Amino acid sequence: MRFRAKILDVACLNHFTRVINTIAKLAKTCTLRLTPGKLYFILTDKVANGGVSMWCELSQGNFFDEFQMEGVAAEHNEIYLELMPENLSRALKTAQNAKTVKIKLTNKHCPCLTVAVELPSLASSSRIVTHDIPVAVIPRRLWNDFKEPSVPDFDVSIYLPVLKTMKSVVERMKNLSNSIVIEANLNGEMNLKIETDLVSVTTHFKDLGNPPWVLDGDSQNSTQDRDPETMAEARVDIKKLQQLLAGQQVNPTKALCNIVSKRIVHFILLHEDVYLQYFIPALA
Amino acid sequence: MKCVVIGGNVKVLGKAVHALSRIGDELYVEPTENGLSLRAVNSSRSAYACFLFAPLFFQLYEAGGPDAHGELFRCKVLMKTFLAIFRSLPSLEKTVSKCLISLNPRASRLVVQLHYKYGVTKTHNLSFQECELLQAIFDKQLCTSTLCASARVLVDAVVHFPVTLAEVTLGVGPSGKVSLRNYVDEETEPSKTMVTELCLSEDEFQDVRVPQETQVTFCLKEFRGLLSFAESSNLPLSIHFDTPGRPAVFSLEDPLLEVHLVLATLADSNASSQAQTANGACHKCAADEDFAVDDLESYMIAMETTTVPLPVLWVSADTVAGQSSPYSQPRGAGRGQ
Repeated sequence: MRFRAKILDVACLNHFTRVINTIAKLAKTCTLRLTPGKLYFILTDKVANGGVSMWCELSQGNFFDEFQMEGVAAEHNEIYLELMPENLSRALKTAQNAKTVKIKLTNKHCPCLTVAVELPSLASSSRIVTHDIPVAVIPRRLWNDFKEPSVPDFDVSIYLPVLKTMKSVVERMKNLSNSIVIEANLNGEMNLKIETDLVSVTTHFKDLGNPPWVLDGDSQNSTQDRDPETMAEARVDIKKLQQLLAGQQVNPTKALCNIVSKRIVHFILLHEDVYLQYFIPALA
Repeated sequence: MKCVVIGGNVKVLGKAVHALSRIGDELYVEPTENGLSLRAVNSSRSAYACFLFAPLFFQLYEAGGPDAHGELFRCKVLMKTFLAIFRSLPSLEKTVSKCLISLNPRASRLVVQLHYKYGVTKTHNLSFQECELLQAIFDKQLCTSTLCASARVLVDAVVHFPVTLAEVTLGVGPSGKVSLRNYVDEETEPSKTMVTELCLSEDEFQDVRVPQETQVTFCLKEFRGLLSFAESSNLPLSIHFDTPGRPAVFSLEDPLLEVHLVLATLADSNASSQAQTANGACHKCAADEDFAVDDLESYMIAMETTTVPLPVLWVSADTVAGQSSPYSQPRGAGRGQ
């Protein structure tokens, strides 16, 4: 099992760092899946995570100037590692003006992802900072736990409002309540509601637009028969929603959510070359 | 004692107080013939800092007359209170033209008076406590290794370590490569901790005099305080150190100001396990102000089994006077709490 990658371009490095920062805000520990063409950051819906799950996919060619990997075996040319994205975020934080950043899989006191940053210096030789991030290698027999989630059979799909606005609304609401109701209809309307003993607050968004899904099977028929005014709603943990929004440092190219009434809210965020899916289950 | 600081030196004084506030909770104010000395020590006696401002630093400097014992009056004040006066450095720079500090043994207050623009004067009357002499025993000449670098190089080096990191290991390897690595103590599981290491080449330093490969581990938090002072003063910083366990001395010097920071270093954890236990026990007992009998015993064991005498960072005036209470024995250098 081998992995070596190198980033030479400053813009790519900044972009990669932003992606890692977003992931670090969403998960304390997650799985990194490496394939010859893509990197995936995966969080499965275990009870420990509060039932949220995440799937983030990046094309390595958009970030790395060099990328070589050898998986566990020829037929299974992939590597699955468990790590704390916060460590990766910290390692990249002070590397923003680096000449090169190399990431490789090493075996020091334990399996590590070593990030070696070459920094400019006034002396003849560059300054090198290495960060050894401990990882756990996930054995092949557990790989099935990390399959790409399928798009759920949703009741309503709607584009999200400007995330910055949504973020500031949710942040204020977080001070008042632990849960928030997200509801939307096929008329491009979305409401965010909180209700406590003392106060209830609702923010209304209009003219958001509904994405045109083309699905096989009967599921699409039920959506087409649906009354456009009827709201599909789910009550979720407000902190999970706030974490998702706080992690978005740049406005995505496409942002939408699919609501399965009273069951789950599925977010899809597409930012240039990064594809992020995030699931927040409804509270009982 | 009476002294007056004017112009840009007010900000320098303010920055010194900020650096000292990272060390201890009390500020020791000690006028001497050679200038005004401001000192601080941390509760576990593993960090000591001293800023000596020469008489020329001041527009006016009067040390005051010696008392009946031939000593100049000295006192200590709460760091929090003194720091509050110099809290906002940008506003000190922009609006304060003069700072007057006066200490009259007969009065019960230390007076700090700031003269602002537009005729405003703020007078702070601080209560103080008389105190013993605060003096760490160290001699830079006895340290075998010296490194000297501009503060900028060191500031750029420590930025890669998290702000919360407690201890860092400074190592000099073959061919003069200087490395800084975060210290992971034995209790932490190595497979859970990220290790960061920075390598600097010899030519980033102004001076490297290290006769043999060596590594010392010291508290980064206290060092950062000095670094931010050094950065603003533009003076080169020298680091004097010796074998692990012996204190490391960080100093800045200029005709108007002399700064010393003395930090205890971790005794060598690569030594034999017996010595390791002894050193481990020593860390724990040095952290207590009062030694319980058991801890004193293990401290005594530590004295016997290690071949290198445990570092004496600290000697109180009592010991100098020859009083023999076991609890005022020279204390080993433990890690700061």
